[in-house]
Amino acid sequence: MIPEKDIDNCGLFGVMDTSGRRFGGEMAVNAIKNMKVRGNGLGGGFAIYGLYPEYKDYYALHIMYQDKNMSAKRKTEELLTENFYVVYDEEIPTNPEINVFSPPLVWRYFVKPQKKSEEAHMLDDEYVVSKVMHMNTEVEDVYVFSSGKNMGVFKGVGFPEEIADYFMLEKLYEGYIWTVHSRFPTNTPGWWGGAHPFSMLDWTVVHNGEISSYGTNRRFLELHDFYCTLHTDTEVMAYAVDLLMRRQGLPIEVVSKIFAPPMWNAIERMNKEEKELYTTLRMVYAPLLMNGPFTVVIAHHNEMIGITDRIRLRPITAGAKGNLVFLSSEEMAIRRVCPDLELTWTPAGGEPVVARLNTEDHLKSLNKSI
Amino acid sequence: MYSHLLSEFTVQRMDDRCIRCQVCERQCPNEVHEYDKELDRMFTYEEKCVGCQRCVVMCPAKALFVRSHPSEYRMNASWTRDKFQNLKKQAETGGVVLTGSGNDKPYRIYWDHMVLNASQVTNPSIDPLREPMELKTFIGRKPDTLKINMDGDVPKVESELHPNITLKSPVLFSAMSYGAISYRAYKSLAMAAKEFGVMFNTGEGGLPVEMRKDYASNAIVQCASGRFGVDQDYLNSAAMIEIKIGQGAKPGIGGHLPGEKVAQHVAQTRMIPQGTDALSPAPQHDIYSIEDLSMLIYALKEATNYEKPVSVKIAAVHNVAAIASGIVRAGADVVAIDGIRGGTGAAPLATRDNVGIPLELALASVDRRLREEGIRSKCSILAAGGFRCSADVLKAIALGADAVYIGTAALVAMGCTLCQKCYTGKCAWGICTQNPYLVKRLNPEITSQRLVNLLKAWSHELKEMLGGMGINAIESIRGNREHLRGISLEEWELNVLGVKGAGE
Amino acid sequence: MNGLNMKFGWRDNFMDGLRPVRELENFSEINGVRAEIDAQGLKHKELNDLLFHLVKKGAREISIKNVFGQRYIGSRIFLPDAQDKVKIDVYNFPGNDLGVFLGGHYINVHGNAQDGVGNTMDSGQIVVHGRAGDVAAMSMRGGKVFIRDNVGYRTAIHMKEYKDKVPVLVIGGTAQDFFGEYMAGGKVILLGLNLKKDEYHKAHYIGTGMHGGVIYLRGNVEEHQLGKEVGVRQLDDSDWEVVTKYVKEYCGHFDVSEQEILAGKFQKLLPVSSRPYGNIYAY
Repeated sequence: MIPEKDIDNCGLFGVMDTSGRRFGGEMAVNAIKNMKVRGNGLGGGFAIYGLYPEYKDYYALHIMYQDKNMSAKRKTEELLTENFYVVYDEEIPTNPEINVFSPPLVWRYFVKPQKKSEEAHMLDDEYVVSKVMHMNTEVEDVYVFSSGKNMGVFKGVGFPEEIADYFMLEKLYEGYIWTVHSRFPTNTPGWWGGAHPFSMLDWTVVHNGEISSYGTNRRFLELHDFYCTLHTDTEVMAYAVDLLMRRQGLPIEVVSKIFAPPMWNAIERMNKEEKELYTTLRMVYAPLLMNGPFTVVIAHHNEMIGITDRIRLRPITAGAKGNLVFLSSEEMAIRRVCPDLELTWTPAGGEPVVARLNTEDHLKSLNKSI
Repeated sequence: MYSHLLSEFTVQRMDDRCIRCQVCERQCPNEVHEYDKELDRMFTYEEKCVGCQRCVVMCPAKALFVRSHPSEYRMNASWTRDKFQNLKKQAETGGVVLTGSGNDKPYRIYWDHMVLNASQVTNPSIDPLREPMELKTFIGRKPDTLKINMDGDVPKVESELHPNITLKSPVLFSAMSYGAISYRAYKSLAMAAKEFGVMFNTGEGGLPVEMRKDYASNAIVQCASGRFGVDQDYLNSAAMIEIKIGQGAKPGIGGHLPGEKVAQHVAQTRMIPQGTDALSPAPQHDIYSIEDLSMLIYALKEATNYEKPVSVKIAAVHNVAAIASGIVRAGADVVAIDGIRGGTGAAPLATRDNVGIPLELALASVDRRLREEGIRSKCSILAAGGFRCSADVLKAIALGADAVYIGTAALVAMGCTLCQKCYTGKCAWGICTQNPYLVKRLNPEITSQRLVNLLKAWSHELKEMLGGMGINAIESIRGNREHLRGISLEEWELNVLGVKGAGE
Repeated sequence: MNGLNMKFGWRDNFMDGLRPVRELENFSEINGVRAEIDAQGLKHKELNDLLFHLVKKGAREISIKNVFGQRYIGSRIFLPDAQDKVKIDVYNFPGNDLGVFLGGHYINVHGNAQDGVGNTMDSGQIVVHGRAGDVAAMSMRGGKVFIRDNVGYRTAIHMKEYKDKVPVLVIGGTAQDFFGEYMAGGKVILLGLNLKKDEYHKAHYIGTGMHGGVIYLRGNVEEHQLGKEVGVRQLDDSDWEVVTKYVKEYCGHFDVSEQEILAGKFQKLLPVSSRPYGNIYAY
């Protein structure tokens, strides 16, 4: 029996160096390890940005083949060579000494779109999205972990530190943003694609909570050609981010107010312009109100964003030291990896904390926090 | 009183039998009967009658009849009488319609669509009167394997075991809090549980301190959203702790003990001021997700030195199997599932009648899910919500329950007639009231015996049915769906229940 | 959906890999009634096992170093017959549910605390030299909690009292939403010391569903920040007595000036009814 959707409740953590300096996975791994009891070993995963500078102009596809299904791999590679120029590919190296649950084969491909004439008008990103959606929905035993440039997602069934050890993240990789997720599902098959982060192009989402409005959100996204295949409520969050931020170009400051809008009685008290803005947002984007408890950390190039539901039913704490910005389910996980933290703050429900490359934008949320 | 309502009941007095003894007047807390001395006549205010039948059974002359009121609205399949009446009440008050007791809507009762097996020829049936028949049940987490030291004369268990509670029979009294029910009703449950070797559940109203010495070892204490009466002594004195997330009669909403029921001793036990509303919030505000539940489970284990099993009680809702899996993985030793027919002292009618799913389906899918995931032995399952007889109990155990909670059945044994007016605090049977005049109608010495008799009778019936199947220990029927068959059920229903159709 | 394998076994995030107390003893030193624990690398249960073990060996003043997020500190210590109480100093960063169900002991935190400080606490005292997370003092029924700085959401939710058992919570900073929600008893003092002049408190829905107890609030709130079950009153003499007493204690813990605090503007928030939801039903 396949569950209709899945509910995750979890621990999450993110760290970004706003100067763009790349660093190893030690902080991410140790922080999430410090929150071990927030997960139950049924899922862990990492997103790393600034991962492949040598291939930064190519889409990096992390593709998993369930049960190491070689015919799925053959089919996928046929698709890839038909639709892309594949400049380099290899198996993502793993540590055979780490015992994980039923590992799939995970391969990475660095690709550039090879469009047919009728597809020539498509933007590269749209093209990649359509091919990734196709592989996820149509090819048995195949799931694309991530498809952005100069970034990648590593995830699987296990505690996150085991996944890190399995993919040897600390040893092999550096990045300027690391987000990580430890999963405590209440409804899940044990499969690697179901772990977080969820990703589309270079957008990733890690999520803690349950989106009670899932059915509503999903139906709205289907109007925009996003089809949920992963049986998890986090998926709608990832697609909604992709729709609003990438396709429709809305800034996170607005998107956060779509996901977690102010209460009507707060809107009533606003000045005329604000009232109009928020009323319109709620009217137009009503189906994308994310109802129920959630904290998400969203990342893409140059930005790491933390946000909770509007009545802050799930925890988040932000921290900063120098150029480092942290987001975490628990403050002490940040302190564990950065004992001399300069600032910690907790935003109000629905108030985003936005860390941007070469800015101090994250401090903007300070005055709305405690 | 409402101005446009038809009476629910009509009260008929056979005047030739009535001896004007006024027992009915004294017995009725709703003031239906009134004696006029000058006229030497009994008057009846039938619009106040709730149909509890107290006056009828107490009338020494057998002069009274209470039956449904004959006046009717025009027949209408959509606008039934109760829809009419409730709407009119709301038009008058603007309020939420309250009710008591369990769901009375005609949702399919699956117990009545499943039949049990018996042995014929191939396997001898057993007569429990003469041969051993065992109902002893352990509730709690079991290890998957044991480490046995064979060095000594007797093999010795070396594994550390998880705490379990022991039941003489797989029937426990469901959570009914002191405050919702009277002290005497509550004490009757405690006394019966102790005498029979099972458990009673305190609900979230606390456990009166003076009862702890004698009854705590048969008490399952609840830690619920109101945290009433919860301190370290309460937790540590009990046999088991139950985190109440939800209740079958009102999934997703909290409780509300009105201030007038918070009398001095109730206040003391709940540790709140006398006369204030005891509000139980809908969620526990330290639990907004599964990892928070895990946090509370271990907080309770910490507070009790890991010596008590911790149960988590949920209402049966759509995703119940997945939620149960999460609960077990969060560290619970017991999962209690309360179905849509579970009782309540007070619940909004809209919720009671429309939210949740039948226990039978929930229980079967939870048991299957936990088995599929390989974690069934990590917990026990307690099933609750609408058990009416021993056969229901046995069918539940065959669907995977370790034991069952009975609430309504126990109340009926004490006198309750399911008039559904628990929330008024005027229970004529002295059960669901704090009015000292009414409470006195229960004598715990007698009432507890009625409860013991019930347990005794059901246990005996369980043994008879087990014996018929050629089974002499209750554990052999647990989850044993081979001994169940469905009748008049759709295929999807058989699939969810995991039973074959009769004749298959 | 890609192939599913349902049997993924069992991982116990809390109980797996625990070491027995005798192995943990070398993380501690005991000297008469004093003891010290180095919590570096100790799991939640290990730390509490060790703490209780030391208490059973006679320790009454225990300091715990290198705490990073371990939960439930102090909750295990249940001494039903003992009059003596345990003093625990936590350096620096305890995890969730610090002192949950706490029965009479004293916890001093030299740093921030997370969610659930003093959750369902029965008696004793918790002092946090920093800030606290969400649901601090939730369902607290007795004892005292002092938080130097801010608190998160749903602080003092469903706090309650009975007769002489009246919980007290003093917060130096401000709070986030649903402050004092469902409050059924107890005394809560919110000082707003870190707010700028004329800045309003952060919390909305203050005292929603409040039906007992009292909140003393120093500084400014707008009316719409208050729940509809709350009434605003001036402090009378007995109120000032209460406020002065606990502000004095607060200042004692955190070494700040009492006069300055008491010179601020205080108001008293009371429930308008002990039966806030008495009229919403049709019987």
